[in-house]
Amino acid sequence: MPNVSLTINGKKISQPIEARTLLVQLLRDQLSLTGTHVGCDTSQCGCCTVHLNGKGVKSCAVLALSCQDSVITTIEGLAEGETLHPMQQAFREGHALQCGFCTPGMIMAGIDMVKRKGYELDEKTVREELEGNLCRCTGYHTIVKAIQAGARAMKNL
Amino acid sequence: MHDFLYQRPTQLPEASQWAKEHVDYKLLAGGMSLIPSLKMRLSQPAGLIDLSAIDALKGVRIEGDELIIKAMTPHAEVAIDKNVRQGIRALCELAAGIGDPLVRNRGTIGGSLANADPAACYPSAVLALNATIKTNQREIAADQFFLGLFETALHPGEIITEIRFPKPKAAAYWKFRQPASRFSLVGVFVAQTNTGVRVAITGAADTVFRHTEAEQRLNVQFHPSALKGLFMSEKNMNSDIHASAQYRAHCIDVITERAVAMALNLPPQKES
Ligand SMILES: Cc1cc2nc3c(=O)[nH]c(=O)nc-3n(C[C@H](O)[C@H](O)[C@H](O)COP(=O)(O)OP(=O)(O)OC[C@H]3O[C@@H](n4cnc5c(N)ncnc54)[C@H](O)[C@@H]3O)c2cc1C
Ligand code: FES
Ligand code: FES
Repeated sequence: MPNVSLTINGKKISQPIEARTLLVQLLRDQLSLTGTHVGCDTSQCGCCTVHLNGKGVKSCAVLALSCQDSVITTIEGLAEGETLHPMQQAFREGHALQCGFCTPGMIMAGIDMVKRKGYELDEKTVREELEGNLCRCTGYHTIVKAIQAGARAMKNL
Repeated sequence: MHDFLYQRPTQLPEASQWAKEHVDYKLLAGGMSLIPSLKMRLSQPAGLIDLSAIDALKGVRIEGDELIIKAMTPHAEVAIDKNVRQGIRALCELAAGIGDPLVRNRGTIGGSLANADPAACYPSAVLALNATIKTNQREIAADQFFLGLFETALHPGEIITEIRFPKPKAAAYWKFRQPASRFSLVGVFVAQTNTGVRVAITGAADTVFRHTEAEQRLNVQFHPSALKGLFMSEKNMNSDIHASAQYRAHCIDVITERAVAMALNLPPQKES
């Protein structure tokens, strides 16, 4: 069986996997990092969003072996101990979730957005940038507001 | 998804060698089209040759009057690249409108062209700009590249290495999105090139094609008004739950005018 070595949330991992293993399967099934969700498995919903070398990707459409020697951050890797990441804090304060299924992907996509578009995001930009993340509950309104607030708070990181 | 053998070469010659010796293997680029099709078992290759570790296949450069985009350059990079913006701004806008940001971080120009989805964006740019597709074996002119539904002139195992775009005098891409998938229901790429005006239509038929009647008129006068009274025939147009053939044909008439206006920086024409 081939072997994959990579860094996940700051921890070095090396283990044998089948070639067909998706990144999300490595995370959830083998490493028990179940914060990354699978909503559709057809690349539409963005629930499985993680950062691969600092960039947002849909981990249900990436082979784990393609991530050899790369650095992955999942929702579990954001908080510093008990202190939430500013984007997580903004979602919490802004009631930006109902069932919470889409939330890990929304937060990872939100942080990716800030990295590319900066700390001051207008509503239109956030809505456009959320093209690849679906939510069945909230109607997006609070999510958009939380990403704007989280973006501003990230300035002080 | 069935299991497969897997190779991740770091050099192009190594990848070429693998591809040559294993015609039952498939090339993997960003995986945004291939991985979903593996999952659905629409494709069941014996192995994959992952091109993602080959640095020589990434990047953009300008050479004389040509803009060159290497095959493994992701859409997100084309969208913000300074050379692309300076050379062919319409390509930045096209790349920035593909799928969503997460797809753009992975999907590549080479993968998009090799895949030849009938509703994909890049094929229209390549055809309208009269680009050349360079592979590890030869150079293919855009006019000879797209053969049909998901079908190109590529031989099994042939690897696209870069796409060479001659800089146009003016160009624009207007995409009318299918509201669910966000692929183009109809997309029109218009370019005023050194060898005349070229208009390429995607999303409407089983493969991207040139709108030669529009080209003839626009060669006389490059202005939206030159297209007045020109009607696309609904013959050969796709018809599905999203749009009828007649609707798609009408979209082509309207959107071609808009694309020309956009290329000229004119405000879009009012419906008459
Ligand atoms: C949710 C979603 C929305 C999308 N929306 C759009 C859209 O609006 N417009 C649009 O144009 N596209 C869209 N796409 C498709 C996207 O652009 C893909 O990136 C693209 O079609 C395939 O590129 P890839 O790099 O992911 O290729 P892969 O999926 O890795 O490969 C696709 C095919 O090309 C072959 N291939 C790859 N690289 C090469 C090469 N260098 N030489 C020869 N053959 C090669 C592979 O063997 C495979 O057969 C969307 C995709 C998704 C998932
Ligand atoms: S589970 Fe990956 S996009 Fe929906
Ligand atoms: S909060 Fe339920 S899917 Fe978004």
